Amino acid sequence: MPTVSMTVNGQAVSGEVEDRTLLVQFLRENLRLTGTHVGCDTSQCGACVVHVNGDSMKSCSMLALQAEGAEVTTIEGLASNGELNPMQQAFMDNHGLQCGFCTPGMVMSAMDLVAKNPNPDEATIRENLEGNLCRCTGYHNIVKAVQQAAKTMGG
Amino acid sequence: MYNFNYQRASSLDDAVAKLGAASDGTLLAGGQTLIPTLKQRLASHSDVIDLSGIGDLRGISADGGGVTVGALTRHAEVAASADVPAALAALADGIGDPQVRNCGTLGGSIANADPAADYPAAVLGLGATVNTNLRSIAADDFFTGLFETALNDGEIITSVTFPTPQKAGYAKFPNPASRYAMVGVFAAQMGDGVRVAVTGAGPCVFRVAEMESALAGNWSADAVAGISVSADGLNSDLHGSAEYRAHLVTVMAKRAVAAAG
Ligand SMILES: Cc1cc2nc3c(=O)[nH]c(=O)nc-3n(C[C@H](O)[C@H](O)[C@H](O)COP(=O)(O)OP(=O)(O)OC[C@H]3O[C@@H](n4cnc5c(N)ncnc54)[C@H](O)[C@@H]3O)c2cc1C
Ligand code: FES
Ligand code: FES
Repeated sequence: MPTVSMTVNGQAVSGEVEDRTLLVQFLRENLRLTGTHVGCDTSQCGACVVHVNGDSMKSCSMLALQAEGAEVTTIEGLASNGELNPMQQAFMDNHGLQCGFCTPGMVMSAMDLVAKNPNPDEATIRENLEGNLCRCTGYHNIVKAVQQAAKTMGG
Repeated sequence: MYNFNYQRASSLDDAVAKLGAASDGTLLAGGQTLIPTLKQRLASHSDVIDLSGIGDLRGISADGGGVTVGALTRHAEVAASADVPAALAALADGIGDPQVRNCGTLGGSIANADPAADYPAAVLGLGATVNTNLRSIAADDFFTGLFETALNDGEIITSVTFPTPQKAGYAKFPNPASRYAMVGVFAAQMGDGVRVAVTGAGPCVFRVAEMESALAGNWSADAVAGISVSADGLNSDLHGSAEYRAHLVTVMAKRAVAAAG
């Protein structure tokens, strides 16, 4: 079996995978980083979103081998020294989650949005979360959370 | 997903050689169509040859009368580019969602030729040229049917050259779930005439000659308001009937011309 190597949340990792192993399987099953979720098999729900070389991508729609040599950030990589990152904190403050299944993907997509657009208005936030489905919240508090985080993060 | 051999091509020649050597190989660009298709076991291949390491196939360069976009250029890069016509950037910005746009590529989209894909409307609407490792193909000859193109087995798209329009606009009615075009219309005023290309409505992107001649005489939304296409042969599925799509063609054509200004 081929070996794949990449940097995940700042740490060099490698592991044996099948050619067909998806990035999300490598993260969850080899690395036991189970914060990244799988919510569909049609590439539509966004529960699996991680950052690959700084851009948000669906880790269910990418082979582990495609990420050879890449810098990957998952939801586990956001908090530091036990402190939630401002986006995570904003989801908590605004009740931006209920069951929490979609939340890792929502947070990773929102982090990419705020990095590229530090001061997004409501319409921009809604458009940019197009690839993330939530079955619980009705999105309203998610949008509020992203607005708060954008402010705290210096937008 | 059935297993396969994953191979990374180091150059265009290497990709051609690897594809030639494989018993049933396929190319991987952004993976946003291929990986979901493999996952669903709608396809299986002996070898999957990843083009993403071929730097020459990525990037946007403006030249003389137009702009050339490398096959591996991602939708997000086209959306953010000041060098491509504004209507093309706006079209790319409306494909799927941000994560799809961060992976999906121009070459992958037009090679796949999904009847509801956005890019085919711009390629045909601007009268672009599709460049491959073997030849250059005019847009009018490229899209040949449902998921069918003029590409031969083993032929690789390297770039697409878009001539600069005097005016151009794109309007789509997105499927609310997938964002693919229920109907999308690209209207462009080119140096040598008007072009109107429709995606999503039929099995394959097509032009509407009657709208083109009306717009050539009078570039305004009103000029196309009274022109409708026949519903015969248009797509009919759970998202909408052929008659509904035929109606949308006129509505989107008006919006595309209005967007072009
Ligand atoms: C959730 C979701 C929503 C989407 N919404 C839209 C939408 O609204 N509008 C839209 O237009 N598209 C949409 N797409 C499709 C998306 O745009 C894909 O990126 C595109 O169809 C394929 O591009 P790719 O680079 O991902 O190609 P891949 O999936 O890697 O490849 C697709 C096919 O093209 C072939 N191929 C790839 N590159 C080349 C090349 N250079 N030369 C020859 N053959 C090649 C491959 O062998 C394969 O058969 C969506 C996809 C998803 C998952
Ligand atoms: S698991 Fe649903 S998009 Fe990746
Ligand atoms: S909080 Fe339950 S799916 Fe979003």
